[in-house]
Amino acid sequence: MIKAVCSLVVSIAAAAAFLVFYWNDMGTASLGVSLALAVAGAGAGLVFWAHDLMRDEEISEDRGSLASTEEEIETFLESFTTGEKKIARRKVLGWMIGSAAGLLGLGSISLIRSLGRSPLPVLFQTVWRPGTRLVTPDGNPVPATIEQGTMMTVFPEGNVNATASQTILIRVDESKLRLPPGRSNWAPGGFLAFSKICTHAGCPVAQFEKTVNILLCPCHQSAFDVLRGAAVVGGPAGRPLPQLPLYVDSDGFLRARGDFSQHPGPEFWNRS
Amino acid sequence: MISRLARWFDSRLGAASFARKSIDKVFPDHWSFMLGEVALFSFIVLVGSGIFLALFFNASETKVVYEGSYHALKGVQMSAAYRSALEISFDVRAGLFMRQLHHWAALIFLGAIMAHMLRIFFTGAFRRPREINWVIGVTLLLLAIFNDFTGYSVPDDLLSGTGLRIAYSVLLSIPFIGDWLAFIMFGGNVPTQVTISRLYGLHVVIPFIILAILTIHLMILWRQKHTNCPGPGRSNQRIVGSRLWPVYSTKFVGLFFLVFGAISALAGLIEINPIWLYGPFNADSVSSGSQPDWYIIWLEGALRLFPSSDLSIAGHTVPGLFFPGVLMPLFMFGIIYFWPYIEAKVTGDHSVHHVLQPPASNPVRTAIGFGALTYLLVLVVAGSQDVAAVAASTQVDTLRTALRILVFVAPVAVGLTAYFISRLVRKSDAGAA
Ligand code: FES
Repeated sequence: MIKAVCSLVVSIAAAAAFLVFYWNDMGTASLGVSLALAVAGAGAGLVFWAHDLMRDEEISEDRGSLASTEEEIETFLESFTTGEKKIARRKVLGWMIGSAAGLLGLGSISLIRSLGRSPLPVLFQTVWRPGTRLVTPDGNPVPATIEQGTMMTVFPEGNVNATASQTILIRVDESKLRLPPGRSNWAPGGFLAFSKICTHAGCPVAQFEKTVNILLCPCHQSAFDVLRGAAVVGGPAGRPLPQLPLYVDSDGFLRARGDFSQHPGPEFWNRS
Repeated sequence: MISRLARWFDSRLGAASFARKSIDKVFPDHWSFMLGEVALFSFIVLVGSGIFLALFFNASETKVVYEGSYHALKGVQMSAAYRSALEISFDVRAGLFMRQLHHWAALIFLGAIMAHMLRIFFTGAFRRPREINWVIGVTLLLLAIFNDFTGYSVPDDLLSGTGLRIAYSVLLSIPFIGDWLAFIMFGGNVPTQVTISRLYGLHVVIPFIILAILTIHLMILWRQKHTNCPGPGRSNQRIVGSRLWPVYSTKFVGLFFLVFGAISALAGLIEINPIWLYGPFNADSVSSGSQPDWYIIWLEGALRLFPSSDLSIAGHTVPGLFFPGVLMPLFMFGIIYFWPYIEAKVTGDHSVHHVLQPPASNPVRTAIGFGALTYLLVLVVAGSQDVAAVAASTQVDTLRTALRILVFVAPVAVGLTAYFISRLVRKSDAGAA
């Protein structure tokens, strides 16, 4: 009894405090604590009340049976089959209703087509074209003078919001490069550019360990060896980061020779 | 007064006899039976706080420049959705409290559902005739996980944006239809202009579906009545407990207030999901040490442990992501869904059970349950392997190799241990009796 009374006193006081705190805009902690005391006080009051005042003897009761009697089931089945027979007499009508419903169902399911456009060309598209200049996220062109060991994010000029085209630019020691065959002129002066979208699940590959020349994806710790064309050297990614071939133009700025070596981003069935 | 009201209803609905039976209904008492109630109560808190938040949230990806009262982000470009989440946190009176109340309630909702489910599993409460409510319960769990994910994503902050990108890639990885599925779900190559508004639409609609299914869950429970813990006088024919009115109902309402109070205290005192620290979503950044909410970490862990394994089939690709991201969870939830039927099939026990089993009295089931929990636990550790590696000052590579072994070995080891301990306990119980 005394416990229940105390709890309810706390509850009333805290509820009043809540009002004061709210109307004076006193902040999250005061609201939380006063509301907590107000409702929990009421809750504890009720539980104590139930325990102390309404001490209930344990009741034991017959569960009864969930299942109906065999007779009830029989009568139901009888009524049902009588109706079923009436329907079955006109088979054709049944079929027609069925096909109308089926077609309408297909029609309404088809509506989900409105939700997305055809993925196929889009998933292969980037805005890198032969000759596109590399720019920083602020739109400044990138001179071929930045230092070894730097990593930066670059975009195609005029498209700094094109997320599928986001690219990492790294400068390494040119003599250490061991790029796959056919890419000998893709990295002038040790400038390497790779798609920034992880080939595993699409996170931005954001960490560059310059002492070992490894790119790390922060999401599931895939590791890519920059010197070998971002080949996978650890973690769950299934293929290298696509490389963007580069050249240095006559003004000393970096430009793309063309699009990435493969489509950027996570892998999917339709890649051909 | 009550008598007049009762007569008013009865003359229109004939409700008196049903109401009489209902308030006399016998409810067994055991603390573990309250876990489901905790889930129900946090759902009520979720709906209430959610309505408040919905009045302020703006699910739009239109780019705006922030000029609000949080100084660190002044002048930063962001989506209108993220700005409205900041406004709720800083400018709406009691807004931050409501956001934290909503988030904490969601976490407790999921935690309580899972604990409830474990209780049901380990005591065999899912056996006939309650298989049907088990299946409905697992459906509720899936809906709850999905809706938590949508709610976590809509503020459009950097942390949740990372999760969205991964969810998109997982959908994309499904053979044949993945690209279409991902585009239909997200409206294009993520990030798109419609992602947030779609997720928000789902986030508001799914609670109605949860409510409908929850109602069925409770109606079935009402019809079938609770199970009883084993004890004197309890059998498949008799149910032992206290009457709904007045004791059980008073405790029930009391517990609701206690749960509500606990969530309020958490919401007031413990900061959760401080989206202003993560910053707005931005496609070329990622927050380091990024992790999803705990209820989905095991999936993230599976993505991290599964080895590099894209398969080529006749010019097409099955991305490695498909196996841990899609197949594994499908397989896992398939087993969970059909568990009552699998168990009945294997043991040949198809009879009705209203009395629970102490976990130790069914060593095989208990072993499987502990094995499965251990498996999930290893995946949770893997889901934070980068953080864990720093904490244990080892290389991520070393830790990953260790976890790849552990994910097979640990469940078996723990399962066997649980099996033998259960048998010992069962034997000593039998000796004592
Ligand atoms: S997204 Fe990069 S490792 Fe998974």
